[in-house]
Amino acid sequence: MTTPSAPDMLTLINAQSVALDRIPRHDLETFQRIVSAALHAGQRASAFFGAAADQPGQTDLFIVLAHDNNSQLNLLCTQVEGGHFPSLTPSCPSLHLFEREIAEQFGLRPEGHPWLKPVRYRTSWDSQRDAWQRPRGQAILPGVGDFYRVDGPDVHEVAVGPVHAGIIEPGHFRFQCHGEEVYHLEIALGYQHRGIEEALLQNSGRRGLHYAETLAGDTTIGHATAYCQVLEALAGGFSAVRAQSLRGIALELERLANHVGDLGALANDIGFLPTASYCGRIRGDFLNMSALLCGSRFGRGMVCPGGVGYDMDAARIKDLQTRLTAAEKDTANAVNLLFDTPSVLARFESKGVLPPEMARTLGMVGPAARASGLYRDIRHDHPAGIYRFVHLPLSTWDTCDIFARGYVRWLEIQQSIEFIREQLNAIPAGPIRTKPGPLKPSRLAVSLVEGWRGELCHVALTDAQSLVRRHKIVDPSFHNWMGLAYAMRNQQISDFPLCNKSFNLSYCGHDL
Amino acid sequence: MRDIFIHIALLLGMPPLLLGVINKTKALFAGRKGPPLLQPYYDLFKLTRKHVVISEVTTWVFTAAPVITLTALLIAGILVPQGPFRAPLGFTGDLILFAYLLGLGRFFTTTAALDTGSAFEGMGAAREATFACMSEPALFFALLVLAKMSGSLVLGDLLHAPLVTTGWEAEAAPLVLVAVGLFILLLAENCRIPVDDPNTHLELTMIHEVMVLDHSGPLLGLVLYGAAIKLFVLSSVFLHIVAPFQSGRAGLDWLAFVGEMLGVAVAIGVVESVMARLQMRHVNYLLIAAILFCGFGFVLLVR
Repeated sequence: MTTPSAPDMLTLINAQSVALDRIPRHDLETFQRIVSAALHAGQRASAFFGAAADQPGQTDLFIVLAHDNNSQLNLLCTQVEGGHFPSLTPSCPSLHLFEREIAEQFGLRPEGHPWLKPVRYRTSWDSQRDAWQRPRGQAILPGVGDFYRVDGPDVHEVAVGPVHAGIIEPGHFRFQCHGEEVYHLEIALGYQHRGIEEALLQNSGRRGLHYAETLAGDTTIGHATAYCQVLEALAGGFSAVRAQSLRGIALELERLANHVGDLGALANDIGFLPTASYCGRIRGDFLNMSALLCGSRFGRGMVCPGGVGYDMDAARIKDLQTRLTAAEKDTANAVNLLFDTPSVLARFESKGVLPPEMARTLGMVGPAARASGLYRDIRHDHPAGIYRFVHLPLSTWDTCDIFARGYVRWLEIQQSIEFIREQLNAIPAGPIRTKPGPLKPSRLAVSLVEGWRGELCHVALTDAQSLVRRHKIVDPSFHNWMGLAYAMRNQQISDFPLCNKSFNLSYCGHDL
Repeated sequence: MRDIFIHIALLLGMPPLLLGVINKTKALFAGRKGPPLLQPYYDLFKLTRKHVVISEVTTWVFTAAPVITLTALLIAGILVPQGPFRAPLGFTGDLILFAYLLGLGRFFTTTAALDTGSAFEGMGAAREATFACMSEPALFFALLVLAKMSGSLVLGDLLHAPLVTTGWEAEAAPLVLVAVGLFILLLAENCRIPVDDPNTHLELTMIHEVMVLDHSGPLLGLVLYGAAIKLFVLSSVFLHIVAPFQSGRAGLDWLAFVGEMLGVAVAIGVVESVMARLQMRHVNYLLIAAILFCGFGFVLLVR
């Protein structure tokens, strides 16, 4: 075998930027061959997106492949001319939603895609092209279109949402059922599409941070960190070490609040009251700790480009330590009660199973992937910021069911508390914020953060004038919704809310 | 006459209080203060002042169902004696009427659910009908045990069997079995945990609540009031078995009855607090257990 003259892929690490012209540019066929080989060799697609090329009518396609075992990210790109390209989805199913997104945003039709539907029901960015040849100006309504149907005398269809009985986000779920058994579930989202990726281009200054913080409200710290990290990488500067530590504390507090809330919600869905109400309160305790950090229960304003917005003094560190110890004890009581009750385990065990092979094929991330026995955690595999100095053990479980998804959360709760305690004992001294430099021209930066729900990916490209010309965001929900649909196969429809809660995916993070 | 008056007053006035007691018990277990004891009354009052929204695709069945169900349950309530007192109405064979008044209420509730044409309500109706197939035999076995024990087919008399005949001293074993069976029935028929969760907002997991999703305003009020009365009536049936008590002084007996009813509500609240719901498929097993308990009670008695 001969060594190719140019490397197939450009390797970089998390929170690093590279010059655009260094990224290997292949023809479409070679690009697809390399991507397919890499995905089958165990790499994952963290992001696969289009960007308008310099020449009109052409589109650049970039892919960020994560090589978890050696902490590397691989980049390559290609260019598509005309309105279509052959789909990779049949051989690499984890790309299915990325290709649908490219079709929707750029009007490029992935030929051979098995289920080519819009993702967010919006118009194409390219005014000349539409992947479904819809007339320009015609309203595109979310959730309207074909759904997969199972036909048969005893098969019936149940449609849930987008308006739900509880206070949750809008999404449409279409079940094909045989009695109480679910044959197939199809999920249609897009109701929350706000156009954040476009808005970030026009407002890459101070407003951009607010867009990042609110793109999935429960992941404020996570997305703000990923957003700041990508801008810092483009500017070539690192934020202060003390700030990195504070960002880590804030991120883990966010994880704690959400994981505890999730365990409470799981208990609530099966009518197990004690844990449901105690976890509801303890979640509030953790949110209040975030408020202690920055004045906002959801961490707004904590993370900003170049560092953090608020410092901790000795009195508040002590206060936080006291509160953490109290909350840790309460959480242990509430959660152990949950996992010690037989009637609870009867509902959790071997329900909603997502086998490891399938989780890998679908490209699952976060606690949902770890509950399917996959070793995936950005804090461990692609550490950035404070995680370069502190190594967190991976929390996995191999039963792949609702119990596993709950139990992985409990393991992570314990580790996050340990991490915060360690950090509080030794926050590095120094400034909490350095002024970020100007963005460098014609570069691309990738930033991955392990949010509480999984991998948050921000990729930003600058043009020759140092303006951000494309800001791609991949929320973990984007990877994971399909996992929920799969886990519901051959399950009881009455177990859907519980199974859904065990994934607890974001609608607005997916819809952007 | 005075006792009949008190019977009617309690039947009409007390049921929502039981719900209040259950909710308070659950709140205490959960470490919360919980809603006021009288909250169910406030809710009913609020609902009477609201407008009704009726789906265009429904027929008269939809509006008639809550009224018919409530009426059926009230008549059932008149047949069931409270404490050691006589029921206002009773005749030979009225235990059949009692069982099918419950059945009539269920028939109209499920039919009204199907009437809306909603997939959720259809699922709820299917579940309700399936589970009813199993709760009905349990109820009949329980009534048969009492009928055999008392030698009477009048509901008012046979429910007093543990009190006036040899009852607990002679036939403790069948009564224990029937008591267990009836408690399961009490939880299942009233949509309590572990069978159903009255507080859930998840349409896909509901049984009873999902059937009345389209009812609103005063109609919903009637449905909720009817559900409370069902709880009251079945609890008083249950009490005849587990706590037959007669002091001979009417005032004390009425007080004891009210106290026992509140005790049942607390017991239901405790059960709801300490365990999770069963998965839908396992509800069948629980109800079959109820049939077996009551059935074996009967076998023990006639062996």
